[in-house]
Amino acid sequence: MASVIQVTDLRKTYRLGALDVPVLNGVSLAVERGEMVSIMGPSGSGKSTLMNIIGCLDAPTSGSYLLEGEEVSRWGDARLAAARNQKIGFVFQTYNLLPRLSALANVELALQYGDRRNARARSLQALESVGLGHRYKHRPLELSGGEQQRVAIARALVKTPAIMLADEPTGALDTRSSAEIMAILQRLNRDEGLTVALVTHEADVARHTRRIISLRDGLIVGDEPVAEPLQAQLAEGVPA
Amino acid sequence: MTLFALIGTALSSIGGNRLRTGLTLLGIIIGVAAVIALMSIGRGAQEEITSRIESLGSNLLYVRPLDGELTLDDALALVDPVFAPSIVSVAPEVSTGGSVTYRTTETFSQVAGVTPEFADVRNFEVASGEFISAAHVTNRKNVAVLGSQTAEDLFGERGPVGVDIAVSGIPFTVIGVLESKGGTAFGNEDSRVLVPLTTAFFRLSGQRTAEGAITVDLINVQADGERIDEAQQEAATVLRLRHEVTDADDFRVDTQQSVIDTLSEATGTLTLFLGAVAGVSLVVGGIGIMNIMLVSVTERTREIGIRKALGAKRRDILAQFVTEAVLLSIGGGLLGVGAGVVTSRVLDGFTLAGSELTTVFSGDIAALALVVSAAIGLFFGIYPAARAAQLHPIEALRHE
Repeated sequence: MASVIQVTDLRKTYRLGALDVPVLNGVSLAVERGEMVSIMGPSGSGKSTLMNIIGCLDAPTSGSYLLEGEEVSRWGDARLAAARNQKIGFVFQTYNLLPRLSALANVELALQYGDRRNARARSLQALESVGLGHRYKHRPLELSGGEQQRVAIARALVKTPAIMLADEPTGALDTRSSAEIMAILQRLNRDEGLTVALVTHEADVARHTRRIISLRDGLIVGDEPVAEPLQAQLAEGVPA
Repeated sequence: MTLFALIGTALSSIGGNRLRTGLTLLGIIIGVAAVIALMSIGRGAQEEITSRIESLGSNLLYVRPLDGELTLDDALALVDPVFAPSIVSVAPEVSTGGSVTYRTTETFSQVAGVTPEFADVRNFEVASGEFISAAHVTNRKNVAVLGSQTAEDLFGERGPVGVDIAVSGIPFTVIGVLESKGGTAFGNEDSRVLVPLTTAFFRLSGQRTAEGAITVDLINVQADGERIDEAQQEAATVLRLRHEVTDADDFRVDTQQSVIDTLSEATGTLTLFLGAVAGVSLVVGGIGIMNIMLVSVTERTREIGIRKALGAKRRDILAQFVTEAVLLSIGGGLLGVGAGVVTSRVLDGFTLAGSELTTVFSGDIAALALVVSAAIGLFFGIYPAARAAQLHPIEALRHE
């Protein structure tokens, strides 16, 4: 079976006026089904750009990107949108929930552009799996930061994606909430076989995953397995 | 996305800012209400004119000179059981204008010289006194029958019968007052003064043909029942023979219906014109929608980014914003129809510059206004929606 993600010699150059700014200078890597990897690197290393391309939000300047064996790098808007809808689950640092909608409606939004069958039931189920089944009516502003990020995880989860991409998922959270989020991600990876890739600049967070890819100046400078991943402390009331 | 979900999403974001939505709607509401109110006034005028002309008698023909002359003898020749069996009766008219004075009160009105048949042919009843008789015509008597409006202008509540007045400086005795036929903004049968035809011709207008015959300006012809077309043919034939016409007629014969048609066409154009003027405010309302949609796209850039990250295609975003714009304009359109109906009801019977407005509301006006407002929402909604759809997902997600 093909790798979930297989990128080969991926390059991305932004044009700023007359200036060409290279951000990715030939990145090759593969992520297999069921892996939990972290991508580390200082700011400007190109990790966000790599994440955007893997997430089908952006197209590479050159190179190949196979998503579940399909070449994605030359796709147009409609096919990329469909790929985002069916194969990618995003979790952002700033949650990116719609403030007008309830937690449940935010989760349902992910199904609105694709397979709508049993949308409500599946959304409720996703909320329950992150321990927020009882708070589905609340709007984002009535929830804590940790809870909002759990709604975002439920939203990414509800479409059963090929891979969950988490961009600094704990960056805006306190220690306790961060532990909650990492515990949930670890459980989903361990029990449900969810493939997780997370971008972080915190070594502490990265050590919760089983493989660390280090990026610097648009190149991979390290790709190491983690011998003994840290297990996140489980908070009360959060299923793990 | 299903249409149902689209409408639900659009309604929830429209409802998110009530004041702004209300003000945007107001632009469309005013536009649609103005279209409906003004077109109702135009329709009202149209129906008023038609019914007023029909009240003159439905079996009437009008004969007018056309670069030639019509004489009193022409008129009398039309009453001919052999050549014109479909013509019942004729009422020739000589019209001039003039001042009508009673003591110090003066009014200007149309003065018509008529024969006794005029009352029958044109369906006039005398409210008080008597109508002009054959003897008055023969003897060129200085007697006058006043239209109800003229009588009121000169005499107020008093009865004018038997009183002396002056028409263009010549003394006349009032012998009767006509019943009111009702007037409109487009002319008034009630403000005329009727005098014997001979008196009008010799004393007031003083014109004459080369042969010394009495010329008339109009011949009212009454047809026998429904035989209007036959009467029109017969009148034309008789006059062609008398005038020895070889090519083009030097007169024209109009039926009541052709007069109604001509006037309806004119007022129909007026109605459309009024609607178009009001339509300008509808376009302004549409620009209001466009403005608010552009603001909304900017404010919701992040939302657009989130939706795109979750798998919304360009056309999903396009559909979402176009739906919002069209819902705004249709909502405004529906409220505007309500406001327009109320306005046209209120204006019905309202007196403007001395004449009473009549408004007629009909469903086709409302349907037209609704369709136009929906089209305006679509037209002015597409540009902001296209801008939203073209946003790059990453830039939209980074937007603060």
